[in-house]
Amino acid sequence: MILSEPWRLLVFVAGIIAFIALNAAYLVWLERKVAGHIQRRIGPKEVGPFGLLQPLADGIKLMSKQLLVPKGVDPLLFKVAPLLVLVPAVMSFVTIPFSEKLVARNIDIGLLMIFAFASVNVMGLLLGGWGSNNKYAVISAARAVSQNVAYEIPMLITVVTMIMLTHTMNLNEIVIQQAGGVWNWHIFANPLMPIAFLIFFICSLAETNRAPFDLGEAESELIAGFHTEYSGMGFGVFFMGEYANIIIGCGLATILFLGGWQCPFGILPGWWWFLAKVYFLIFCVMWIRWTYPRTTLWGLLNLSWKILIPFSLLILLLTGAMIKVWPLITGAS
Amino acid sequence: MNDLARSQNQETFVLNLGPQHPATHGVLRVKLTMDGEYVVHAEPVLGYVHRMHEKMGENRTWAQFMPNTARLDYLGALSYNHGYVKVVEQAMGIEVPERAEYLRVITVELNRIASHLLWYGAFVLDLGGFTPLLYAFDDREHVLDLLESVTGSRLTFCYFRFGGLYNDVDDNFVGGARAFIKRLRRRLPDYHNLVTKNIILIKRLKDVGVLSAEMCRKYGATGPVLRGSGVDYDVRRNEPYSVYPELDFEVPVYGEGDSMARYMVRMDEIEQCMRIVEQALDKLPEGPVVAEKVPKILKPPPGDYYSAVEAARGTFGIRIVSDGTNTPYRMKLRSPTFSNLSLFGEASRGMLLPDALALMGSLDLVIPEIDR
Amino acid sequence: MSGYFKELFGGTKSLAVGLGITIKYMVKPVVTVQYPHETLVMTPRFRGHIELVGNEETGAPNCVVCGMCQKACPSNCISLAGEKPEGAKKKILTSYILDFTKCSLCGLCVESCKFEAIAFSRDYNLAGPRKDAYVFDLKKRLEEKSG
Ligand code: SF4
Ligand code: SF4
Repeated sequence: MILSEPWRLLVFVAGIIAFIALNAAYLVWLERKVAGHIQRRIGPKEVGPFGLLQPLADGIKLMSKQLLVPKGVDPLLFKVAPLLVLVPAVMSFVTIPFSEKLVARNIDIGLLMIFAFASVNVMGLLLGGWGSNNKYAVISAARAVSQNVAYEIPMLITVVTMIMLTHTMNLNEIVIQQAGGVWNWHIFANPLMPIAFLIFFICSLAETNRAPFDLGEAESELIAGFHTEYSGMGFGVFFMGEYANIIIGCGLATILFLGGWQCPFGILPGWWWFLAKVYFLIFCVMWIRWTYPRTTLWGLLNLSWKILIPFSLLILLLTGAMIKVWPLITGAS
Repeated sequence: MNDLARSQNQETFVLNLGPQHPATHGVLRVKLTMDGEYVVHAEPVLGYVHRMHEKMGENRTWAQFMPNTARLDYLGALSYNHGYVKVVEQAMGIEVPERAEYLRVITVELNRIASHLLWYGAFVLDLGGFTPLLYAFDDREHVLDLLESVTGSRLTFCYFRFGGLYNDVDDNFVGGARAFIKRLRRRLPDYHNLVTKNIILIKRLKDVGVLSAEMCRKYGATGPVLRGSGVDYDVRRNEPYSVYPELDFEVPVYGEGDSMARYMVRMDEIEQCMRIVEQALDKLPEGPVVAEKVPKILKPPPGDYYSAVEAARGTFGIRIVSDGTNTPYRMKLRSPTFSNLSLFGEASRGMLLPDALALMGSLDLVIPEIDR
Repeated sequence: MSGYFKELFGGTKSLAVGLGITIKYMVKPVVTVQYPHETLVMTPRFRGHIELVGNEETGAPNCVVCGMCQKACPSNCISLAGEKPEGAKKKILTSYILDFTKCSLCGLCVESCKFEAIAFSRDYNLAGPRKDAYVFDLKKRLEEKSG
């Protein structure tokens, strides 16, 4: 069935929203299960088999709760902020290729667009924190902003390296370049790429405010950070946005480094492989969260400025050298 | 313009940490004056769980005060039981049978392990790591099972009696205690690999919250806080009581005075506790567990008595004044975390909020014991 | 500079070791007891609320209404009454009420009773919405138990 372009886009966006909502619900379930087993307990198990209906129960609970708007908040900012977190995430999904055909809009600057939208996300946190009229929330919002700014730099440098390597910002094309077996994945393109992958992964952890970089939420310091004052679906939307951002972070890592929807063995459709890789990365994100204590803001900035940025710059330079200088040497001989 | 925007015109703002805050472990309230994320001034506000234990002591018989001692520091209740029976025995001149003394030491040290394990978990939780708490709880459950099998309770023990114990232990307990120590020895390396050596934790604790020995003395800080600042003082060794002199153990001391030092003191203490328990189990003599001549109705001779024990959090001192009747005339409890907390105001000045909370966690506060 | 790299490598290693430990525990079986589907049996010395002990043959309470337990209790949890029927040698218990809301399970009452008339129960499923559900009529409980 061929749909005209606007309709196709609409169907995809609806699909993406459903995907995000469902994912947020079941990632929470997964997170609780992973946390449970790491801590040698079971996790949710009462509602439905293996607790599989727990997200449904939680969703109903969140939706049926009153949307409390506390006294003294800025009503407009307070209500808009959760959407400012969720909507950019939805927009970013538009360019992510789930398989060769399964992509809402295959545009040439997909990578750029995702990063453009990713910076809007932090705006949502800032406004939510500021609009809440809560000191904890303001501290948290300020933290989230400085953290995001600091980590965007090494992340973008790594992405620039990738663009130099692939000569394109079209995500689907990047994936297509990695066809033909595990060894063609960009993570193995040259010896520096595993480090680049690591940097990218750490940065996406920090960008999505995940532990050990969950300074914005730091429950033992700031109660619940920027969403302290949110109840019901306001909180729910923040949550969905957060998990959507995790999927985007892991999805990008998969596309850029792990071959996207390319399957190493030629079995099963592409989207299956894409999701498998993404969920594996998400599992790692959870695994990390339930292992480490939280860093402080200084620790975080130190890591960014003293380790990640120098290393990513080094990789950028070396990759550039490899691309430009190496052919000259070999070509000259 | 909302309230907050208005208060932004000032240089600083007041942040109420608690009485319901995840980091204060109970109902402590700290009024923080903040400049951004820096603490300018911290003022602990106490009394949210004040239950007048000292006054209660004046209104009940000597024996009836026993359960109260377990409700000061509910995480290391047996040390407090011990402190109280010790001072009354001292007043009455009661000789405690050897076996009872050994069993007291064994149970108190097991209780100390349980308390330190809980602190370890809660401290890492303060720093944002959730999983170590559950691992520590797993081990702590085993200690509590053991203690439950002898004392009947898991938390608020009321096991010691003037002149001895409530009841004797059996071989199951001895075997169980040995098995537990074996288990914990196996687990401790995991604790260290997961937390102690973790670079994030080291970065958070090293050189953070440095307390000088002088400051500790000034505020009367004791226990691991004092020993983390390089002062080698432990009541169990400096003013020996019970059968501690017969047991060979070390007092871990770290000179750095930072949060890491306090962390290490407690982790090392767990190991020393295991050593003490093992030796005491080896030496455990046969015999009665209650002294023969303990009068039914206690009337300590008039006088003023003081005695101290080393509880999990520091020196627990108890002073009783008897007027020769069957109720105390005055009961004064010196609880260690009260002094340990009082240095927080001075020590946290100029610190970042997360660091100040790490410092607070490293003091190992138990609020009901501060408020009494 | 060498310190920088040393810290970098040492730190990375410590992080990897940490991940190794959590994954090791993740594949191990769970240790929690799935209450209320599973329950534990309390140890013989477990201190639940106190209960009256009956005579093994007749089932009548061992209590002789001496009132020692009442006096020993620090929290005045126990109120009891007894009467001396015409011609009987001993008093018999007519009521024994325990206010469990105040009890601190200290064991002073059990200890003070010389007639082995009270003991700790092994009940621990004691949660409820109302306070007065915890004022136990121990005499009635004993009668119900001995049927
Ligand atoms: S256990 Fe203690 S508090 Fe409870 S009824 Fe007996 S004496 Fe009273
Ligand atoms: S001490 Fe024993 S015999 Fe006396 S009243 Fe209490 S339960 Fe009855």
